[in-house]
Amino acid sequence: MNRRPVFLISCLCFGFAFFYIPILSLIVFSFNKSRLATVWGGFSTQWYAKLLDNDQVIKAAVLSLQIAVTTATFATVLGTMAGIALARFQRFRGRAGLSGLVTAPLVMPEVITGISLLMLFIYMAEWIGWPGSRGFTTITIAHITFSMTYVAVIVQSRLTSMDLSLEEAAMDLGARPWRVLVDVTLPVIAPALLSGWLLAFTISLDDVVITSFTSGPGSTTLPIYIWSKVKLGVTPDINALATVIILTVGIGVALAAYIMHRAEARRERDVQMALSQDTP
Amino acid sequence: MAPFIRIDRVSKRFGTFMAVNDVSLDIMKGEMFALLGGSGCGKTTLLRMLAGFESPSEGRIFIDGQDMAKIPPYERPVNMMFQSYALFPHMTVEANVGYGLKYEDISKAERAERVRAMLELVQLGAFAGRKPHQLSGGQRQRVALARALAKQPKLLLLDEPLAALDKKLREHTQFEIMSIQERMGITFVVVTHDQEEAMTLADRIAVMDKGVIRQVGPPADVYEHPNSSFVAGFIGSINMFDAEVTPGGAATTLDVPALGGEVRASAKDIEPGRKVKLAVRPEKIALSRERPADGNCFPGVVKDLGYFGKDSLFRVALASGALVKVNSVNSSRDGAARAADWGEKVWISFEPSAAIVLTD
Repeated sequence: MNRRPVFLISCLCFGFAFFYIPILSLIVFSFNKSRLATVWGGFSTQWYAKLLDNDQVIKAAVLSLQIAVTTATFATVLGTMAGIALARFQRFRGRAGLSGLVTAPLVMPEVITGISLLMLFIYMAEWIGWPGSRGFTTITIAHITFSMTYVAVIVQSRLTSMDLSLEEAAMDLGARPWRVLVDVTLPVIAPALLSGWLLAFTISLDDVVITSFTSGPGSTTLPIYIWSKVKLGVTPDINALATVIILTVGIGVALAAYIMHRAEARRERDVQMALSQDTP
Repeated sequence: MAPFIRIDRVSKRFGTFMAVNDVSLDIMKGEMFALLGGSGCGKTTLLRMLAGFESPSEGRIFIDGQDMAKIPPYERPVNMMFQSYALFPHMTVEANVGYGLKYEDISKAERAERVRAMLELVQLGAFAGRKPHQLSGGQRQRVALARALAKQPKLLLLDEPLAALDKKLREHTQFEIMSIQERMGITFVVVTHDQEEAMTLADRIAVMDKGVIRQVGPPADVYEHPNSSFVAGFIGSINMFDAEVTPGGAATTLDVPALGGEVRASAKDIEPGRKVKLAVRPEKIALSRERPADGNCFPGVVKDLGYFGKDSLFRVALASGALVKVNSVNSSRDGAARAADWGEKVWISFEPSAAIVLTD
């Protein structure tokens, strides 16, 4: 009986090690005094200071955030519309086509999406003179096209599991279809919209492949910057940058988990209290 | 008086499935009407057609003289209370109840006043600021009722209004719904699979089966004078036997092999030789140790005895092997005074008027 827990615990430890040792080593080496990525030369925070002085990094980070926010917002609007169409309208001309097109980018290799968008932008520039140069706009358009499909899938599945009688009740009480959407449907699926937005934001923020096809000179996003630096060898300042990103994401996730846990606990308490009141 | 709701030869097809099949029904103003049937009998589809969520494949529906064919749900003078209650989870009780008034042409103050009055009516005034998840099942049910009544509809539809409540709360709520209906004079149409619920709530019941209405009438009529063996078997508990009408004098007599003899029934003239079904309600049968002087009586042995407190259910085995259910009220606290005990030889008897003769 004693052997099983030992086996299970070692499996768990191995799993944790597998996930976190690379990240830990990266964080540790970001405090390395030496320029060489693989030789420990003593503790130092100099790379963090250098990072703040590095205009290129700051500019790339700001551009990435701008693109990610714009992408996530547009992708959520378009993806929600597609999701509603797929979940709520059972029969319309081109439904199968839309359904296929919405899910295609999920399985399409990014390289192909990237090349096709690049070709499109080049031809468009030739025929209608737009886009004159590739940069913020072209990257954002490219990101929207593939991240909206994730939003559409999330919204569609949330809508399918939503109680249809909520919408019917609103309509029954005199709300026209548009008011039903605004008053009931969207508020009820708000958590799905938020997670769709966040997913689109993350996907846009860390995309390298499609961005590299659709970016132009002077529009370097953070992942592209890191990628181009690493090609010349891993340096401690990249480790420092990665550590900052990990910390930001880590704190964000922990905070979200804490807030959700608290809301869940409060809700649970409310429900328990309410159930104890049932006396005729 | 013209009927308030007129359902005129309405059918509804889903693909090849006939959910509602050529149904015609008139419902009067201020009536409490129940659609009763098992799952898949078409009662909910019929209700949803009244609300406007489904449109009839054939036939027409009139509410208050107006053809409903082209009228969307949000323009009908009809409100519905959903089985799941369908309370908006992100709105307070107050906002839920007031939602229907939002798009009506009334002032904010009047709206607030009407919401307050509605919450008062269902005794939830103190809960106005709560969200649905902070309410118990019974409270949610009352919010749903208040929300459906707030627009003062001409017709209120209730889809299994009590299904989600436990037994005690159910009885209480039943009477609450009835008193609200009487006070406001609104026409109610209730869908239910629970025959007791239908019988206590409704002025008239329509029994549905496979998309067809089998019988319409007041609860007592449907219970005491079922028009078919389906209705007789669906409503309440019943003993049913194959029988044949024997040629005879003025009174109808039946040959019932399962009972091992002839039964006199006060039924209208049915031609002799016809194969029929004899049905007798368990509470209409008497149990005695001695042979009764009068009535249809047959000897048997008590096989099972179920004690329910206020009454007991006996199952009596006859010589033919048939089992007859007999229901008798426990009017005495003395156990020995019970009509019979396990294994005891008894006589079952019933009046000719208790015998229901079914020709289908």
